[in-house]
Amino acid sequence: MITKEEVLKIAKLARLELTEAEITKMQKDLSAILDYFNLLKKAGRLPMSIQLDRHRKSNQLRKDEAISQKREVVEKIIAASPDKKDDYIKVKAVL
Amino acid sequence: MMNLTNLSIKECHEGLKNKKFSSKELTSAYLEKIKKSDLNSFLSVREDLAIFQAEKSDEKIARGEQISLLEGISCAIKDAILVEGEKCTAASKILENYIAPYDATVIKKLKEQGAVILGKTNTDEFTMGASTENSAFGVVKNPHDKTRVAGGSSGGSAAAVAADEACYSLGSDTGGSIRQPASFCGVVGLCPTYGAVSRYGLIAHASSFDQIGPFAKNVEDIEVVFNAIKGKDPLDATSVESEISNFKFQISNLRIGVPKEYFAKGLEPKVEKIIREAIKKAEEAGAKIVEISLPSTQYALACYYILVPSEASANLARFDGIKYGLSSPAENLLDVYLKSRGQGLGAEPKRRIMIGTYCLSSGYYDAYYKKAQEARNLIRQDFSNAFEKCDLIFCPVSPFPAFKIGEKTDDPLSMYLADIYTVAVKLAGLPGLSLPAGKIGNLPVGLQIIGNHFQENKILSIALEMENMLQ
Repeated sequence: MITKEEVLKIAKLARLELTEAEITKMQKDLSAILDYFNLLKKAGRLPMSIQLDRHRKSNQLRKDEAISQKREVVEKIIAASPDKKDDYIKVKAVL
Repeated sequence: MMNLTNLSIKECHEGLKNKKFSSKELTSAYLEKIKKSDLNSFLSVREDLAIFQAEKSDEKIARGEQISLLEGISCAIKDAILVEGEKCTAASKILENYIAPYDATVIKKLKEQGAVILGKTNTDEFTMGASTENSAFGVVKNPHDKTRVAGGSSGGSAAAVAADEACYSLGSDTGGSIRQPASFCGVVGLCPTYGAVSRYGLIAHASSFDQIGPFAKNVEDIEVVFNAIKGKDPLDATSVESEISNFKFQISNLRIGVPKEYFAKGLEPKVEKIIREAIKKAEEAGAKIVEISLPSTQYALACYYILVPSEASANLARFDGIKYGLSSPAENLLDVYLKSRGQGLGAEPKRRIMIGTYCLSSGYYDAYYKKAQEARNLIRQDFSNAFEKCDLIFCPVSPFPAFKIGEKTDDPLSMYLADIYTVAVKLAGLPGLSLPAGKIGNLPVGLQIIGNHFQENKILSIALEMENMLQ
Protein backbone atom coordinates (compact mmCIF):
# COMPACT_ATOMS: atom_id res chain seq x y z
CA MET A 1 0.00 0.00 0.00
CA ILE A 2 1.29 3.45 -0.94
CA THR A 3 1.62 5.60 2.17
CA LYS A 4 -0.02 8.96 2.68
CA GLU A 5 3.45 10.55 2.72
CA GLU A 6 4.26 9.06 -0.70
CA VAL A 7 1.01 10.39 -2.14
CA LEU A 8 1.76 13.85 -0.75
CA LYS A 9 5.28 13.79 -2.14
CA ILE A 10 4.13 12.84 -5.64
CA ALA A 11 1.28 15.36 -5.49
CA LYS A 12 3.74 18.10 -4.66
CA LEU A 13 6.02 17.09 -7.55
CA ALA A 14 2.95 17.08 -9.82
CA ARG A 15 1.79 20.46 -8.49
CA LEU A 16 -1.59 19.14 -7.38
CA GLU A 17 -3.44 20.14 -4.25
CA LEU A 18 -5.45 17.18 -2.98
CA THR A 19 -8.19 17.05 -0.37
CA GLU A 20 -8.05 14.52 2.47
CA ALA A 21 -10.68 12.40 0.70
CA GLU A 22 -8.69 12.52 -2.54
CA ILE A 23 -5.51 11.46 -0.73
CA THR A 24 -7.22 8.39 0.76
CA LYS A 25 -8.76 7.42 -2.60
CA MET A 26 -5.43 8.03 -4.36
CA GLN A 27 -3.64 5.69 -1.90
CA LYS A 28 -6.10 2.93 -2.72
CA ASP A 29 -6.23 3.48 -6.50
CA LEU A 30 -2.50 3.99 -7.01
CA SER A 31 -1.68 0.89 -4.97
CA ALA A 32 -3.99 -1.29 -7.07
CA ILE A 33 -2.69 0.17 -10.33
CA LEU A 34 1.00 -0.05 -9.40
CA ASP A 35 0.48 -3.66 -8.24
CA TYR A 36 -0.95 -4.43 -11.65
CA PHE A 37 2.18 -2.97 -13.30
CA ASN A 38 4.28 -5.69 -11.61
CA LEU A 39 3.15 -7.91 -14.44
CA LEU A 40 5.82 -6.26 -16.59
CA LYS A 41 8.60 -7.78 -14.49
CA LYS A 42 8.16 -10.98 -16.49
CA ALA A 43 8.57 -9.22 -19.84
CA GLY A 44 11.83 -9.67 -21.71
CA ARG A 45 13.40 -7.22 -24.13
CA LEU A 46 14.37 -7.12 -27.77
CA PRO A 47 17.96 -6.92 -28.96
CA MET A 48 18.84 -3.28 -29.67
CA SER A 49 19.64 -4.08 -33.30
CA ILE A 50 16.04 -4.62 -34.40
CA GLN A 51 14.76 -1.70 -36.46
CA LEU A 52 11.07 -1.45 -35.71
CA ASP A 53 9.73 1.61 -37.39
CA ARG A 54 10.72 1.95 -41.00
CA HIS A 55 8.70 5.15 -41.32
CA ARG A 56 10.81 7.04 -38.81
CA LYS A 57 14.44 6.50 -39.59
CA SER A 58 15.52 9.73 -37.99
CA ASN A 59 14.19 12.23 -35.51
CA GLN A 60 12.58 15.23 -37.08
CA LEU A 61 13.56 18.13 -34.92
CA ARG A 62 12.32 21.62 -35.39
CA LYS A 63 14.91 24.37 -35.60
CA ASP A 64 15.25 26.28 -32.37
CA GLU A 65 13.94 29.55 -33.67
CA ALA A 66 11.04 31.87 -32.99
CA ILE A 67 8.39 31.82 -35.70
CA SER A 68 6.49 35.07 -35.79
CA GLN A 69 2.72 34.88 -35.62
CA LYS A 70 0.04 37.16 -36.90
CA ARG A 71 -0.68 40.00 -34.46
CA GLU A 72 -4.25 38.77 -34.25
CA VAL A 73 -3.22 35.33 -33.00
CA VAL A 74 -0.77 36.84 -30.51
CA GLU A 75 -3.52 39.02 -29.10
CA LYS A 76 -5.86 36.08 -28.74
CA ILE A 77 -3.23 34.01 -26.96
CA ILE A 78 -2.43 36.79 -24.51
CA ALA A 79 -6.14 37.46 -24.01
CA ALA A 80 -6.54 33.85 -22.90
CA SER A 81 -4.25 34.30 -19.90
CA PRO A 82 -5.95 35.05 -16.59
CA ASP A 83 -3.59 37.90 -15.63
CA LYS A 84 -1.81 40.20 -18.09
CA LYS A 85 -0.34 43.62 -18.63
CA ASP A 86 0.05 45.06 -22.14
CA ASP A 87 1.67 42.31 -24.22
CA TYR A 88 2.89 40.37 -21.19
CA ILE A 89 1.44 37.52 -19.15
CA LYS A 90 1.73 38.34 -15.45
CA VAL A 91 3.28 35.79 -13.10
CA LYS A 92 3.65 35.98 -9.34
CA ALA A 93 7.19 36.66 -8.08
CA VAL A 94 9.37 33.62 -8.78
CA LEU A 95 12.12 34.45 -6.29
CA MET B 1 -40.55 15.74 -46.45
CA MET B 2 -37.87 13.05 -46.51
CA ASN B 3 -35.79 12.34 -43.41
CA LEU B 4 -32.58 14.27 -44.05
CA THR B 5 -30.62 13.38 -40.93
CA ASN B 6 -30.14 9.70 -41.68
CA LEU B 7 -28.48 10.27 -45.05
CA SER B 8 -24.85 9.38 -45.69
CA ILE B 9 -22.29 11.93 -46.91
CA LYS B 10 -22.64 10.68 -50.48
CA GLU B 11 -26.44 10.87 -50.30
CA CYS B 12 -26.30 14.39 -48.83
CA HIS B 13 -23.88 15.42 -51.56
CA GLU B 14 -26.13 14.09 -54.34
CA GLY B 15 -29.18 15.75 -52.78
CA LEU B 16 -27.42 19.11 -52.51
CA LYS B 17 -25.98 18.92 -56.02
CA ASN B 18 -29.34 18.01 -57.55
CA LYS B 19 -31.10 20.66 -55.43
CA LYS B 20 -33.41 18.13 -53.75
CA PHE B 21 -32.79 20.04 -50.53
CA SER B 22 -30.60 22.94 -49.45
CA SER B 23 -27.72 22.92 -47.03
CA LYS B 24 -29.76 25.23 -44.82
CA GLU B 25 -32.58 22.69 -44.68
CA LEU B 26 -30.15 19.89 -44.01
CA THR B 27 -28.33 21.85 -41.30
CA SER B 28 -31.61 22.94 -39.67
CA ALA B 29 -32.76 19.31 -39.54
CA TYR B 30 -29.64 18.33 -37.53
CA LEU B 31 -29.96 21.38 -35.27
CA GLU B 32 -33.57 20.41 -34.58
CA LYS B 33 -32.47 16.87 -33.66
CA ILE B 34 -29.78 18.19 -31.33
CA LYS B 35 -32.28 20.50 -29.62
CA LYS B 36 -34.63 17.60 -28.89
CA SER B 37 -31.87 15.23 -27.80
CA ASP B 38 -31.26 14.22 -24.17
CA LEU B 39 -28.06 12.26 -24.89
CA ASN B 40 -25.68 15.07 -23.80
CA SER B 41 -23.54 14.38 -26.85
CA PHE B 42 -22.82 18.07 -27.48
CA LEU B 43 -21.09 20.48 -25.09
CA SER B 44 -21.71 23.50 -27.31
CA VAL B 45 -23.73 24.15 -30.46
CA ARG B 46 -23.25 27.17 -32.73
CA GLU B 47 -26.48 27.45 -34.62
CA ASP B 48 -25.69 30.88 -36.13
CA LEU B 49 -22.30 29.84 -37.49
CA ALA B 50 -23.63 26.55 -38.86
CA ILE B 51 -26.47 28.32 -40.68
CA PHE B 52 -24.05 30.99 -41.95
CA GLN B 53 -21.81 28.33 -43.54
CA ALA B 54 -24.86 26.46 -44.88
CA GLU B 55 -26.08 29.61 -46.63
CA LYS B 56 -22.62 30.15 -48.12
CA SER B 57 -22.71 26.60 -49.50
CA ASP B 58 -26.20 27.12 -50.87
CA GLU B 59 -25.04 30.25 -52.72
CA LYS B 60 -22.17 28.29 -54.23
CA ILE B 61 -24.57 25.58 -55.39
CA ALA B 62 -27.01 28.19 -56.76
CA ARG B 63 -24.16 29.71 -58.79
CA GLY B 64 -23.50 26.29 -60.26
CA GLU B 65 -19.99 26.03 -58.82
CA GLN B 66 -18.21 22.69 -58.43
CA ILE B 67 -18.59 21.56 -54.82
CA SER B 68 -16.47 19.17 -52.77
CA LEU B 69 -17.97 16.01 -51.28
CA LEU B 70 -18.16 17.68 -47.87
CA GLU B 71 -19.54 21.06 -48.97
CA GLY B 72 -22.63 22.07 -47.00
CA ILE B 73 -22.71 18.85 -44.96
CA SER B 74 -22.93 18.96 -41.17
CA CYS B 75 -20.35 17.53 -38.83
CA ALA B 76 -19.59 17.50 -35.11
CA ILE B 77 -16.14 17.99 -33.60
CA LYS B 78 -14.78 16.48 -30.39
CA ASP B 79 -14.26 19.24 -27.85
CA ALA B 80 -10.53 18.49 -27.66
CA ILE B 81 -9.96 19.84 -31.20
CA LEU B 82 -9.61 23.61 -31.60
CA VAL B 83 -12.12 25.52 -33.73
CA GLU B 84 -11.12 29.18 -33.92
CA GLY B 85 -13.26 31.51 -31.85
CA GLU B 86 -15.13 28.61 -30.19
CA LYS B 87 -14.85 27.30 -26.68
CA CYS B 88 -12.59 24.28 -26.35
CA THR B 89 -12.97 22.73 -22.91
CA ALA B 90 -11.63 19.17 -23.30
CA ALA B 91 -14.60 18.57 -20.94
CA SER B 92 -12.56 20.02 -18.08
CA LYS B 93 -13.41 22.73 -15.57
CA ILE B 94 -9.89 24.06 -15.98
CA LEU B 95 -10.70 25.03 -19.61
CA GLU B 96 -14.38 25.84 -19.06
CA ASN B 97 -14.06 29.33 -20.57
CA TYR B 98 -11.12 28.80 -22.93
CA ILE B 99 -11.65 30.16 -26.44
CA ALA B 100 -9.56 28.56 -29.18
CA PRO B 101 -7.24 31.17 -30.76
CA TYR B 102 -6.78 29.24 -34.02
CA ASP B 103 -8.10 26.30 -36.06
CA ALA B 104 -6.63 22.82 -35.77
CA THR B 105 -5.21 21.67 -39.12
CA VAL B 106 -8.04 19.14 -39.54
CA ILE B 107 -10.58 21.96 -39.02
CA LYS B 108 -8.79 24.20 -41.50
CA LYS B 109 -9.00 21.37 -44.03
CA LEU B 110 -12.69 20.72 -43.39
CA LYS B 111 -13.51 24.42 -43.62
CA GLU B 112 -11.68 24.64 -46.96
CA GLN B 113 -14.04 21.93 -48.17
CA GLY B 114 -17.08 23.92 -47.03
CA ALA B 115 -17.98 21.66 -44.11
CA VAL B 116 -20.72 22.88 -41.74
CA ILE B 117 -19.59 22.60 -38.12
CA LEU B 118 -22.59 22.14 -35.81
CA GLY B 119 -20.76 22.19 -32.51
CA LYS B 120 -18.37 20.50 -30.12
CA THR B 121 -18.97 17.06 -28.67
CA ASN B 122 -18.63 15.67 -25.18
CA THR B 123 -15.64 13.55 -24.15
CA ASP B 124 -13.96 12.20 -21.07
CA GLU B 125 -11.96 14.99 -19.45
CA PHE B 126 -8.78 15.50 -21.49
CA THR B 127 -9.89 12.39 -23.46
CA MET B 128 -9.01 10.20 -20.47
CA GLY B 129 -11.52 7.42 -20.16
CA ALA B 130 -13.61 4.77 -21.85
CA SER B 131 -17.16 5.94 -21.05
CA THR B 132 -17.35 9.81 -21.02
CA GLU B 133 -18.25 9.43 -17.34
CA ASN B 134 -15.10 11.45 -16.67
CA SER B 135 -16.51 14.50 -18.44
CA ALA B 136 -16.84 17.46 -16.08
CA PHE B 137 -20.10 18.23 -17.89
CA GLY B 138 -21.99 14.97 -17.52
CA VAL B 139 -22.03 11.54 -19.14
CA VAL B 140 -23.11 10.84 -22.75
CA LYS B 141 -25.98 8.38 -22.94
CA ASN B 142 -25.94 5.55 -25.45
CA PRO B 143 -28.58 6.16 -28.15
CA HIS B 144 -29.43 2.43 -28.18
CA ASP B 145 -30.01 2.22 -24.41
CA LYS B 146 -29.99 5.42 -22.38
CA THR B 147 -29.07 3.63 -19.15
CA ARG B 148 -25.74 2.71 -20.72
CA VAL B 149 -22.58 4.60 -21.68
CA ALA B 150 -21.77 5.60 -25.24
CA GLY B 151 -18.15 4.59 -24.71
CA GLY B 152 -15.21 6.93 -24.64
CA SER B 153 -13.43 9.02 -24.77
CA SER B 154 -15.02 10.28 -28.02
CA GLY B 155 -18.48 9.23 -26.76
CA GLY B 156 -20.17 12.45 -27.86
CA SER B 157 -18.85 12.17 -31.43
CA ALA B 158 -19.98 8.53 -31.69
CA ALA B 159 -23.42 9.11 -30.13
CA ALA B 160 -24.04 12.20 -32.30
CA VAL B 161 -23.54 10.18 -35.51
CA ALA B 162 -25.49 7.17 -34.19
CA ALA B 163 -28.45 9.40 -33.20
CA ASP B 164 -28.43 11.34 -36.52
CA GLU B 165 -27.36 14.54 -34.75
CA ALA B 166 -24.56 14.96 -37.30
CA CYS B 167 -23.72 13.35 -40.62
CA TYR B 168 -20.17 12.57 -39.50
CA SER B 169 -17.83 13.63 -36.74
CA LEU B 170 -14.21 13.81 -35.67
CA GLY B 171 -12.80 12.19 -32.57
CA SER B 172 -9.38 11.33 -31.26
CA ASP B 173 -7.92 7.97 -30.27
CA THR B 174 -5.13 7.51 -27.72
CA GLY B 175 -5.95 3.96 -26.57
CA GLY B 176 -9.28 3.15 -28.18
CA SER B 177 -11.18 6.43 -27.94
CA ILE B 178 -12.52 6.22 -31.50
CA ARG B 179 -12.92 2.48 -32.01
CA GLN B 180 -14.57 1.64 -28.67
CA PRO B 181 -17.34 4.29 -28.74
CA ALA B 182 -17.91 3.45 -32.44
CA SER B 183 -18.41 -0.17 -31.38
CA PHE B 184 -20.72 0.76 -28.46
CA CYS B 185 -22.84 3.11 -30.61
CA GLY B 186 -22.97 1.02 -33.80
CA VAL B 187 -21.21 3.42 -36.17
CA VAL B 188 -17.98 3.12 -38.15
CA GLY B 189 -14.86 4.67 -36.57
CA LEU B 190 -11.33 4.83 -37.92
CA CYS B 191 -8.19 5.41 -35.89
CA PRO B 192 -5.56 6.18 -38.56
CA THR B 193 -1.89 5.24 -38.46
CA TYR B 194 0.19 7.35 -36.08
CA GLY B 195 1.31 10.28 -38.22
CA ALA B 196 -1.32 9.93 -40.96
CA VAL B 197 -3.35 12.92 -39.73
CA SER B 198 -1.97 16.14 -38.24
CA ARG B 199 -2.62 16.65 -34.53
CA TYR B 200 -1.91 20.38 -34.66
CA GLY B 201 -4.69 21.93 -32.59
CA LEU B 202 -5.64 18.73 -30.75
CA ILE B 203 -5.29 19.17 -26.99
CA ALA B 204 -2.46 16.77 -26.21
CA HIS B 205 -3.07 13.71 -24.05
CA ALA B 206 -0.20 11.31 -24.82
CA SER B 207 1.82 12.57 -27.75
CA SER B 208 3.32 9.28 -28.94
CA PHE B 209 -0.21 7.84 -29.20
CA ASP B 210 -2.74 10.58 -30.03
CA GLN B 211 -4.39 10.48 -33.43
CA ILE B 212 -7.45 12.21 -34.91
CA GLY B 213 -9.94 10.18 -36.92
CA PRO B 214 -13.52 10.13 -38.27
CA PHE B 215 -16.86 8.59 -37.24
CA ALA B 216 -19.52 8.02 -39.89
CA LYS B 217 -22.55 5.92 -40.74
CA ASN B 218 -20.72 3.80 -43.29
CA VAL B 219 -17.28 2.89 -44.59
CA GLU B 220 -17.55 4.95 -47.77
CA ASP B 221 -18.12 8.11 -45.71
CA ILE B 222 -15.17 7.31 -43.47
CA GLU B 223 -12.98 7.18 -46.55
CA VAL B 224 -14.23 10.59 -47.74
CA VAL B 225 -13.48 12.26 -44.40
CA PHE B 226 -10.15 10.49 -43.95
CA ASN B 227 -9.01 11.63 -47.40
CA ALA B 228 -10.01 15.19 -46.50
CA ILE B 229 -7.99 15.35 -43.27
CA LYS B 230 -4.90 13.18 -43.88
CA GLY B 231 -1.43 14.28 -44.93
CA LYS B 232 1.78 15.86 -43.71
CA ASP B 233 1.55 19.14 -41.87
CA PRO B 234 4.58 21.33 -41.19
CA LEU B 235 2.91 22.23 -37.88
CA ASP B 236 3.00 18.62 -36.62
CA ALA B 237 6.51 17.17 -36.84
CA THR B 238 5.20 13.64 -36.33
CA SER B 239 2.90 13.79 -39.36
CA VAL B 240 4.18 12.10 -42.50
CA GLU B 241 3.24 12.26 -46.16
CA SER B 242 1.04 9.23 -46.47
CA GLU B 243 2.20 6.41 -48.63
CA ILE B 244 -1.40 5.26 -48.70
CA SER B 245 -2.15 3.75 -52.10
CA ASN B 246 -5.39 3.86 -54.01
CA PHE B 247 -5.15 0.20 -54.95
CA LYS B 248 -8.43 -1.65 -54.40
CA PHE B 249 -8.01 -4.83 -52.43
CA GLN B 250 -10.29 -7.84 -52.52
CA ILE B 251 -11.02 -9.99 -49.54
CA SER B 252 -10.72 -13.17 -51.62
CA ASN B 253 -7.01 -12.43 -52.17
CA LEU B 254 -6.20 -11.72 -48.55
CA ARG B 255 -5.08 -13.57 -45.47
CA ILE B 256 -6.99 -12.56 -42.34
CA GLY B 257 -5.12 -13.08 -39.08
CA VAL B 258 -7.05 -14.00 -35.94
CA PRO B 259 -4.97 -13.47 -32.79
CA LYS B 260 -5.59 -16.35 -30.40
CA GLU B 261 -4.76 -14.18 -27.37
CA TYR B 262 -7.74 -11.93 -28.20
CA PHE B 263 -10.24 -14.76 -27.85
CA ALA B 264 -9.18 -15.84 -24.39
CA LYS B 265 -10.71 -15.42 -20.92
CA GLY B 266 -12.69 -12.24 -20.35
CA LEU B 267 -14.30 -12.05 -23.78
CA GLU B 268 -18.09 -12.18 -23.44
CA PRO B 269 -19.38 -15.30 -25.29
CA LYS B 270 -22.06 -13.33 -27.16
CA VAL B 271 -19.44 -10.87 -28.44
CA GLU B 272 -17.19 -13.76 -29.44
CA LYS B 273 -20.04 -15.36 -31.38
CA ILE B 274 -20.65 -12.18 -33.41
CA ILE B 275 -16.95 -11.74 -34.20
CA ARG B 276 -16.51 -15.44 -35.11
CA GLU B 277 -19.50 -15.20 -37.45
CA ALA B 278 -17.98 -12.16 -39.16
CA ILE B 279 -14.71 -14.04 -39.61
CA LYS B 280 -16.67 -16.97 -41.06
CA LYS B 281 -18.28 -14.63 -43.60
CA ALA B 282 -14.85 -13.41 -44.64
CA GLU B 283 -13.78 -17.02 -45.09
CA GLU B 284 -16.87 -17.80 -47.18
CA ALA B 285 -15.97 -14.81 -49.36
CA GLY B 286 -12.62 -16.44 -50.09
CA ALA B 287 -10.31 -14.98 -47.46
CA LYS B 288 -7.71 -17.29 -45.99
CA ILE B 289 -8.11 -17.32 -42.22
CA VAL B 290 -4.88 -17.83 -40.30
CA GLU B 291 -4.46 -18.11 -36.57
CA ILE B 292 -1.76 -15.77 -35.39
CA SER B 293 -0.14 -15.17 -32.04
CA LEU B 294 0.61 -11.84 -30.35
CA PRO B 295 2.46 -13.31 -27.37
CA SER B 296 3.15 -10.00 -25.60
CA THR B 297 -0.55 -9.10 -25.42
CA GLN B 298 -0.49 -9.80 -21.68
CA TYR B 299 1.82 -6.78 -21.19
CA ALA B 300 -0.10 -4.31 -23.34
CA LEU B 301 -2.34 -2.76 -20.68
CA ALA B 302 0.37 -2.35 -18.05
CA CYS B 303 2.68 -0.92 -20.68
CA TYR B 304 0.00 1.46 -21.94
CA TYR B 305 -1.06 2.65 -18.49
CA ILE B 306 2.54 3.51 -17.62
CA LEU B 307 3.49 5.29 -20.85
CA VAL B 308 0.27 7.22 -21.42
CA PRO B 309 0.02 8.74 -17.91
CA SER B 310 3.74 9.52 -18.06
CA GLU B 311 3.26 11.51 -21.24
CA ALA B 312 0.03 13.01 -19.93
CA SER B 313 1.70 14.18 -16.72
CA ALA B 314 4.13 16.19 -18.87
CA ASN B 315 1.49 17.44 -21.33
CA LEU B 316 -0.90 18.58 -18.61
CA ALA B 317 1.83 20.58 -16.87
CA ARG B 318 0.82 23.45 -19.17
CA PHE B 319 -2.42 23.88 -17.23
CA ASP B 320 -0.83 25.93 -14.50
CA GLY B 321 -3.27 28.77 -13.86
CA ILE B 322 -0.93 31.19 -15.63
CA LYS B 323 -1.15 30.75 -19.39
CA TYR B 324 -4.83 29.93 -19.81
CA GLY B 325 -7.87 28.52 -18.15
CA LEU B 326 -8.87 28.59 -14.52
CA SER B 327 -6.61 30.47 -12.13
CA SER B 328 -7.23 30.23 -8.40
CA PRO B 329 -6.26 33.24 -6.30
CA ALA B 330 -3.23 32.50 -4.13
CA GLU B 331 -0.41 34.18 -2.21
CA ASN B 332 2.56 32.87 -4.16
CA LEU B 333 3.42 31.17 -7.44
CA LEU B 334 3.55 27.61 -6.07
CA ASP B 335 0.10 28.02 -4.55
CA VAL B 336 -1.28 29.31 -7.88
CA TYR B 337 -0.14 26.04 -9.46
CA LEU B 338 -1.34 23.82 -6.64
CA LYS B 339 -4.75 25.41 -6.22
CA SER B 340 -5.56 26.03 -9.90
CA ARG B 341 -4.75 22.42 -10.76
CA GLY B 342 -6.28 21.04 -7.56
CA GLN B 343 -9.57 22.82 -8.23
CA GLY B 344 -9.63 22.73 -12.03
CA LEU B 345 -8.72 19.13 -12.81
CA GLY B 346 -11.08 16.20 -12.26
CA ALA B 347 -10.41 12.86 -10.59
CA GLU B 348 -9.16 10.95 -13.65
CA PRO B 349 -6.64 13.53 -14.94
CA LYS B 350 -5.37 13.85 -11.35
CA ARG B 351 -5.02 10.09 -11.02
CA ARG B 352 -3.13 9.85 -14.32
CA ILE B 353 -0.86 12.79 -13.51
CA MET B 354 -0.06 11.06 -10.21
CA ILE B 355 0.66 7.69 -11.92
CA GLY B 356 2.79 9.39 -14.56
CA THR B 357 4.72 11.47 -12.06
CA TYR B 358 5.33 8.36 -9.95
CA CYS B 359 6.56 6.31 -12.93
CA LEU B 360 8.90 9.08 -14.08
CA SER B 361 10.27 9.96 -10.65
CA SER B 362 13.83 9.28 -9.67
CA GLY B 363 14.27 5.73 -8.41
CA TYR B 364 11.19 4.38 -10.21
CA TYR B 365 11.98 5.41 -13.78
CA ASP B 366 13.84 2.20 -14.71
CA ALA B 367 11.30 -0.13 -13.11
CA TYR B 368 8.29 1.51 -14.76
CA TYR B 369 8.88 3.91 -17.65
CA LYS B 370 11.96 2.26 -19.14
CA LYS B 371 10.54 -1.21 -18.65
CA ALA B 372 7.32 -0.15 -20.37
CA GLN B 373 9.26 1.27 -23.33
CA GLU B 374 10.97 -2.10 -23.70
CA ALA B 375 7.63 -3.88 -23.54
CA ARG B 376 6.30 -1.50 -26.19
CA ASN B 377 9.00 -2.77 -28.53
CA LEU B 378 7.96 -6.37 -27.85
CA ILE B 379 4.40 -5.51 -28.80
CA ARG B 380 5.53 -3.75 -31.99
CA GLN B 381 7.58 -6.80 -32.84
CA ASP B 382 4.54 -9.05 -32.30
CA PHE B 383 2.57 -7.13 -34.90
CA SER B 384 5.51 -6.95 -37.26
CA ASN B 385 5.81 -10.74 -37.11
CA ALA B 386 2.05 -11.17 -37.47
CA PHE B 387 1.91 -9.09 -40.64
CA GLU B 388 4.33 -11.49 -42.29
CA LYS B 389 1.67 -14.19 -41.94
CA CYS B 390 -1.43 -12.12 -42.68
CA ASP B 391 -2.61 -8.97 -44.45
CA LEU B 392 -5.17 -7.75 -41.93
CA ILE B 393 -6.17 -8.72 -38.41
CA PHE B 394 -9.80 -9.30 -37.33
CA CYS B 395 -10.68 -9.22 -33.63
CA PRO B 396 -13.18 -7.68 -31.19
CA VAL B 397 -13.01 -3.97 -30.29
CA SER B 398 -14.20 -4.50 -26.74
CA PRO B 399 -14.72 -7.64 -24.64
CA PHE B 400 -18.32 -6.55 -23.93
CA PRO B 401 -21.00 -4.24 -25.35
CA ALA B 402 -21.86 -0.87 -23.75
CA PHE B 403 -21.96 -1.17 -19.97
CA LYS B 404 -24.31 0.51 -17.49
CA ILE B 405 -23.66 4.10 -16.47
CA GLY B 406 -21.92 3.98 -13.10
CA GLU B 407 -21.00 0.29 -13.36
CA LYS B 408 -17.23 0.85 -13.39
CA THR B 409 -16.74 4.36 -12.00
CA ASP B 410 -15.57 3.28 -8.55
CA ASP B 411 -12.85 1.00 -9.81
CA PRO B 412 -10.41 2.73 -12.20
CA LEU B 413 -8.46 -0.48 -12.83
CA SER B 414 -11.55 -2.33 -14.10
CA MET B 415 -12.23 0.64 -16.41
CA TYR B 416 -8.66 0.41 -17.73
CA LEU B 417 -9.07 -3.31 -18.39
CA ALA B 418 -11.92 -2.50 -20.81
CA ASP B 419 -9.25 -1.25 -23.25
CA ILE B 420 -7.66 -4.68 -23.66
CA TYR B 421 -8.18 -5.04 -27.44
CA THR B 422 -7.54 -1.44 -28.44
CA VAL B 423 -4.34 -0.32 -26.69
CA ALA B 424 -1.84 -2.72 -28.28
CA VAL B 425 -2.67 -1.30 -31.73
CA LYS B 426 -1.73 2.15 -30.41
CA LEU B 427 1.46 0.95 -28.77
CA ALA B 428 2.47 -0.20 -32.26
CA GLY B 429 1.16 2.97 -33.98
CA LEU B 430 -1.12 0.94 -36.26
CA PRO B 431 -4.42 1.89 -37.90
CA GLY B 432 -7.63 0.20 -36.74
CA LEU B 433 -11.28 0.45 -37.68
CA SER B 434 -14.46 -0.52 -35.86
CA LEU B 435 -17.20 -1.88 -38.09
CA PRO B 436 -20.70 -2.71 -36.78
CA ALA B 437 -20.88 -6.52 -36.93
CA GLY B 438 -24.03 -7.42 -35.02
CA LYS B 439 -26.07 -6.75 -31.91
CA ILE B 440 -26.73 -8.31 -28.53
CA GLY B 441 -30.33 -7.26 -27.95
CA ASN B 442 -30.21 -3.53 -28.67
CA LEU B 443 -26.51 -3.22 -28.11
CA PRO B 444 -24.16 -2.99 -31.10
CA VAL B 445 -20.90 -4.93 -31.29
CA GLY B 446 -17.99 -3.81 -33.45
CA LEU B 447 -15.50 -5.89 -35.41
CA GLN B 448 -11.99 -4.45 -35.26
CA ILE B 449 -9.98 -4.52 -38.49
CA ILE B 450 -6.30 -3.79 -37.95
CA GLY B 451 -3.81 -3.14 -40.74
CA ASN B 452 -0.09 -2.54 -41.02
CA HIS B 453 1.23 1.03 -40.95
CA PHE B 454 -0.38 3.29 -43.58
CA GLN B 455 -2.62 0.50 -44.88
CA GLU B 456 -5.82 2.43 -44.30
CA ASN B 457 -6.72 1.78 -47.91
CA LYS B 458 -6.57 -1.98 -47.40
CA ILE B 459 -8.62 -1.71 -44.21
CA LEU B 460 -11.24 0.44 -45.93
CA SER B 461 -11.52 -1.80 -49.03
CA ILE B 462 -12.10 -4.86 -46.89
CA ALA B 463 -14.37 -3.05 -44.43
CA LEU B 464 -16.55 -2.06 -47.38
CA GLU B 465 -16.85 -5.69 -48.49
CA MET B 466 -17.53 -6.83 -44.95
CA GLU B 467 -20.14 -4.10 -44.48
CA ASN B 468 -22.11 -5.46 -47.42
CA MET B 469 -21.84 -9.03 -46.12
CA LEU B 470 -22.87 -8.13 -42.58
CA GLN B 471 -25.98 -6.19 -43.56
